Amino acid sequence: MTVPTFEPRILGMLCTWCSYSGADGAGQARTAYPPNVEVVRVMCTGRVDPAFVISALADGMDGVLICGCHPGDCHYINGNCKAAGRMTALSAMLDQLGIERERVRLEWVSASESTRYAELIEEMTEQVRELGPLSWGTAHASKEAM
Amino acid sequence: MTKLKLGMYCAAGCGGCDISLIDVHEHLLDIVAAADIAFWPAATDFKYSDVEAMPDGEMDVCFINGAIRNTENIEIAKLLRAKSKVLVAYGACSAFGGVPGLANLYPVREVIDRAFSTQSTDPDGQRPSASATHHDGSSAGLPAITGTVHALSDIVNVDYLLPGCAPSSDRVWELCQVIVSGELPPSPAIVGATKKCVCDDCRLPKQGTRVSKFVRSHEIIAEDGRCLLEQGVVCMGPATRSGCGGQCPDALMPCRGCYGPAGDSLDVGAAMVSVLGTLVDSEDEDVIRQAISQVVDPAGTFYCFTLPTSILGRARTTDPAEEVRS
Repeated sequence: MTVPTFEPRILGMLCTWCSYSGADGAGQARTAYPPNVEVVRVMCTGRVDPAFVISALADGMDGVLICGCHPGDCHYINGNCKAAGRMTALSAMLDQLGIERERVRLEWVSASESTRYAELIEEMTEQVRELGPLSWGTAHASKEAM
Repeated sequence: MTKLKLGMYCAAGCGGCDISLIDVHEHLLDIVAAADIAFWPAATDFKYSDVEAMPDGEMDVCFINGAIRNTENIEIAKLLRAKSKVLVAYGACSAFGGVPGLANLYPVREVIDRAFSTQSTDPDGQRPSASATHHDGSSAGLPAITGTVHALSDIVNVDYLLPGCAPSSDRVWELCQVIVSGELPPSPAIVGATKKCVCDDCRLPKQGTRVSKFVRSHEIIAEDGRCLLEQGVVCMGPATRSGCGGQCPDALMPCRGCYGPAGDSLDVGAAMVSVLGTLVDSEDEDVIRQAISQVVDPAGTFYCFTLPTSILGRARTTDPAEEVRS
């Protein structure tokens, strides 16, 4: 009997202008990378409400990866700068709540960086696998009726 | 006209909510003219046995203030729910978990160690416990602490939330008038507050300027006539429901968020993270990250009154057995 290995579930939120195209490119180039990131296309990383990240973790995701255009390249001028500020505050806050910083990452991936996208997915999947399941919903049913 | 029957109970609270009900001043006489106090341990000499002897639904309205921290809080919350037609979570602790809810940042064992094993307390390692006895061996009857601090609505159905630490006395008096007139809104509802945020009531004008650094309120003398956030003070106004009339920023102190999340938002922490992320006056990622990382104790600041009802509810525990349940 084989011991079941833990397969992390990671939510990916990819900006439509750069990172989603980068991910598309990785697919077109048939680059192999782990299937653990479930992708949602967003208009801009600046549209990612921190509540989306918190809700994803609370509802069973083991990690969240947000990818956007490199600073200076934002389609909306500075949405990615706002995301950088938010994720700095969010990481510090989640750290205090016992959620490791490696579980929530903001990375810049341009439309031409499909190889980098694949490497990033591989790296983050392995990091989260190492950390183990977050299992927030089952281990922390703090809101269940008494 | 038969008089209404009112109750007020303090769970894991500081007593400030009891005082806030008295703070309606001479209106207390109007309240007493329209209603009898059926249970209010802080002001009247009723016992739990008196409440147990009441028929179900005996009290027209019962206010419960304070968070749920131990098995006694749970037991009395359930008892008062059964004996009351309308149950109001009175104050931030009861509505959202409040300041006692910050204990959810730590495992309960750490909370107990801190309270009973530091230099300021008895050194012999004695701990209060549900099995503690008197010298003659009889049970001391102490309630057990719960692993997690809860808001009242986690335990029983609550009809209305009256937020605030403590609810402002004007709002309390307005609510009492509505109760006496019998014109309470359909439940469940938040009463004594609006859907807008504190900024909507705040007298300090915004100029649309951004900041280069963040400070705590004791580190600067805030300038009057200017938005506190634009002076770099972490003010929770944009994420917090209004109802207080902006009392803290009116005195140049930052809003701390005691009226809970504004509008339909669920999580004050997420809302504050959103606000701060856009405030730094730079387009350079490193400068932005450096400025934001100056914010001290983000979880404790943003969730000062609302951690138990936030999306995550508490810090991660490594030992699920710490979750003591009734």
